[in-house]
Order: sequence, then C-alpha cells, then structure tokens
Amino acid sequence: MSEQPRESEPREPEPLRAPEPSPVGRPPEPQGLGASAWAMAKGMATVFKQTFRRDNTEHYPNVIVPVPERSHIGRHLLNRHENGLEKCIGCELCAFACPADAIWVEGADNDPENPVSPGERYAKDYQVNYLRCIMCGLCVEACPTRALTLTSYYEMAFTSREDAIWTKERLLEPPPPLGTDPVDREG
Amino acid sequence: MNWVDWVILVVRVAVVFFGLLIAVMLYIWMERKVIADMQTRAGPMRAGPRGILITLADGIKLFFKEGITPTNADRVVYEIAPILAMFPAFLAFAVIPFGTHVTLFGRVIQFQLADLNIGLLWILAMTSVGVYGIVLAGWSSGSNYPLLGSIRSTAQMISYEVAMGLALVAVLMYTGTLSMSGIVAYQATHVWNIVPQFPAFVVFMICALAEVNRPPFDLAEAESELVAGFHTEYSGIKFAMFYLGEYVNTVTVSSIAVTVFLGGWRGPHPGWALWLWPLLWFLFKLTMVMYVFMLVRGTLPRMRYDRLMNFGWKVLIPFGLFWVLATGAIIVFPDRYGRMRGTFIAASAILGVGLIGSLIVPLLQKPTQEVPS
Repeated sequence: MSEQPRESEPREPEPLRAPEPSPVGRPPEPQGLGASAWAMAKGMATVFKQTFRRDNTEHYPNVIVPVPERSHIGRHLLNRHENGLEKCIGCELCAFACPADAIWVEGADNDPENPVSPGERYAKDYQVNYLRCIMCGLCVEACPTRALTLTSYYEMAFTSREDAIWTKERLLEPPPPLGTDPVDREG
Repeated sequence: MNWVDWVILVVRVAVVFFGLLIAVMLYIWMERKVIADMQTRAGPMRAGPRGILITLADGIKLFFKEGITPTNADRVVYEIAPILAMFPAFLAFAVIPFGTHVTLFGRVIQFQLADLNIGLLWILAMTSVGVYGIVLAGWSSGSNYPLLGSIRSTAQMISYEVAMGLALVAVLMYTGTLSMSGIVAYQATHVWNIVPQFPAFVVFMICALAEVNRPPFDLAEAESELVAGFHTEYSGIKFAMFYLGEYVNTVTVSSIAVTVFLGGWRGPHPGWALWLWPLLWFLFKLTMVMYVFMLVRGTLPRMRYDRLMNFGWKVLIPFGLFWVLATGAIIVFPDRYGRMRGTFIAASAILGVGLIGSLIVPLLQKPTQEVPS
C-alpha cells in the first residue's frame, strides 16, 4: 500500500466479512445447540437461585422506612424566627428562581405596630403548587433569609387540583410524622 | 339417560369450567409471585392475603371498563375474535383426565368430561382453532401493529404446530392409543412416557411454549416492538377474554404434558380417600410444569423472529421427524428380531443415524456471517 488512492478514483469496496473476534476479553462463545442448551440451563439455574434472595421491595404504607435524617426531599416549610416572626420578607426571589413556575408570592408592607416579619415587607400570601413543583430546591438556594427550606415529608397525595396548591398557613406548619396523612391511608 | 344423568352432566361441566377458572386465577397469581421472587420483588400484596385475589380484582376492573371499538374495525369479526380465542382453550381441557372416578347416586362419575377415543386429535384441533382468535383479532382491528402481531402468530403457530404434532405422534405410536385415559393407563403399567420419549417431551415443551404465546415465543404480542400485538385495540371485557384464554391455554397445555408424559393423575396414595389423591397428584404435577414455564419466562428474552422460524423449521421439525422414525424402530425391531437383539439393533440404528446426522448437518450448513451493513 505505497500509493494513496486519489479521491476522484472510485475505490474498490472492501470485501464484507465478519468482524474479527477481539483479541482481548473472553474467548468467543461456543456455538451450536448443545452449547445453547447448556447456557440456557445455566441461566435458569441463576434465575432460580434469585428466588431465595430477600426482596428489595419496601412495603410502603405498611412499613415506612425512615428517610435519612438530614434529607431534604419533600415539601416546603416556611420558617420562623425564634421570637415567632416569619423569616419570609416577600422578596419573591424564590418565585423568580423557580423553573417550574410553581411558587406565587404576594408581598405587602408590614404594619409597624404589629409586624409579621422583622423587615419592611412580609409575604401576604405564599402558595406552592405541587402539581408544578419538581422538588429541585432552587427556591431554597435563592432565599436570602433561609425562610424557605425543604423537609423530608413526602406524603402529599391530593384528590383535586385545588388541594395541590398549598397556601401559606399550611406551609408554615412543620410536617407531621410520616404515615399520618389521612388522605394517604387506604380508606 | 334419565334426568339424573343430565343433572350430573351439567354439574360436571360447570365444575370443570369454574374449577378451571379458579385454577387459572390462582396460576396467574402464582406466576406473578414467582416472577417477582426471581426479580427480588414482592409482587402483588394488597388484594387478599399476599395478593391472592389480585386476578379477581383485575377481572372486576376489566369487566367494568369501557370497551372501545376502533372505527376501522371489522365489527363482527372484532367481536367474535376474543370468544374464538377463549373457548377452544376450555374445550381442549374437556378430554383431560384429572382424577379417577367417584360413585355418586349409584353412578360412576369419571373425573374427565369426555373420554374421546381421539383425545389427542381433539386437543390438536382445539389449539389450532384457538389460533384463529389471535389471527382474526389482529386482522379485524383495522390497525397496523395488531396486524403485524397476527401475521407473526400465524406463521409461528403453523410452524410449531407441526413439530408439536410430530412429538405427539411419537407418543401416540409408542402407547398405541389416542385416548387420553388410555395413555394414562398405559403409563400405569409401564414407565412414564417422559423416560422412553424424552426427546419428544423436550420438543413438546418447546412447541407448547410457542403454541400458547408465552415468553420467549410471545412475538405476537411483543410489547417492546408491537405495542401489545394482536390485542392492542382491545379493552375491557374483550381484553379480559384474551388474557383468560391465554392462561387457560397454558394450563391446558401443561395438563397435556402431565397426562401424556408425566403419568397423568397416577401417583402413590395411602389407601384411603382414593378419589382425592389422584386429584392432588394431578395438581402437583401441573404446578410443577407451570413452574418450569414460569422459570423459562423469567430467564429467557424474546427470540428474534427469523431465529424463531429457523429453529422451528430447521431444528424442531427435522428432529421430530427423526424421532418419529426412531420410535418406529424401537417399536418394530424388538417384535421382529426378539426382545434383546431387537432392542440392540434399534438402539444401534438410532445411535448410528444420530451420529451420522450430527456429522452431516453441520457440513450442510453454511457458516452464518453477521455482516455489518
């Protein structure tokens, strides 16, 4: 192969042949009916052995496996300061950060006599639509006052579109222990 | 026949029908549990203790679901197809002996609906009719994927029915009777047919899997290729009929394997409750065969279509023909040349043909090359 074929010349197509067995790795599988039958028998023995392994299934409503203590995989929680004032200042950064447009915040000026939150502004209404929310946690990252965090509570079954929208009152309540939501229990 | 006989007949039919329904219900549950076990899952757990009523729940759900008929469907055929798929399965079971007999009201009642003298033929005929259900379902749906599924099943069923017939022909030659109770009676005095007819047993089991559309031969309803195959357009009660028919077919084919190869309902018994033990033996053997089917389903992936046809036509049918000839030799030679010498001649002839065949067949085959396009 001393000279390069020029591009204009049609090249002789290479004869098609079966790919060479690769030199590394296992030797090629033996062919034929006997070998296939033996392979099938071995496969079935393997599958049969699996029968005696323990199931991986979590029997969820009957046995609730606790999630890791510091996991933040579930619904939102609006936090309060130790003196009872809300941390949320109604800045709407969480709503802007939300890629699914699941959060709706309505800010308002605090009444100086009777403030809801320590600053000038507070969240008059705060709603999370769990039909939209994808639990990505970007809202938590966006929150400048750590007012919004995720909890590890995931039992949020609902039976109507209205129930999917959680309002501020519900979001302020810390989540109950898992397995106590009456909607989630089978009736 | 007076009225008592008629009542007994009707009751027998009803008992077999509903017994089969309940058995199918339990076998579906068993299959789901067994497959789940093999995949380290739990399987159905909610309906009844350990999910034993799951099939009932499924059935009720399907019964109350809306049945949708596609606009393009050929309505009459579309309605008839599920019925055609279901009833031959029940009819084939009519000739299976699942126990001895009891004496009630001064009458001997056989644990077999109809002891036809052409039992094996009847079974072959009914399984062939059952194919029409699948073929017509795909054809009449007026949709592409079901049509593909039904074309596949036509070719597959025809090919594998031939091999299955050959396997059963060998047994029929060996036992000398087509009657199912006759075959069971023959195995009571000789060894079970699985020992002298082991090759026929293997061919029969493979073809049985293909006949009832079970994995790894479920090409007619390959869900990764054809949505759901021939029953894609079916819903509600009509889909339930396909589902039921498929499993009744599986139970029927397993009971044929039990009856023809595994000695039927016969087995040791303690000497009391003589009618009960055969029933239990039959159920035990049936469950074992079903378990093998489930194990195969849990292990093997679906076959490619051309390989399926290759295997059917180039391996199973020639081998079935060879085994029919070999069975003939086994039967004829000992009669002609005396027992010892005849057996020796037959065995050496079979061995010789087998050896020569195993040498020649690979020479005839061109080495297959998988060429990347």
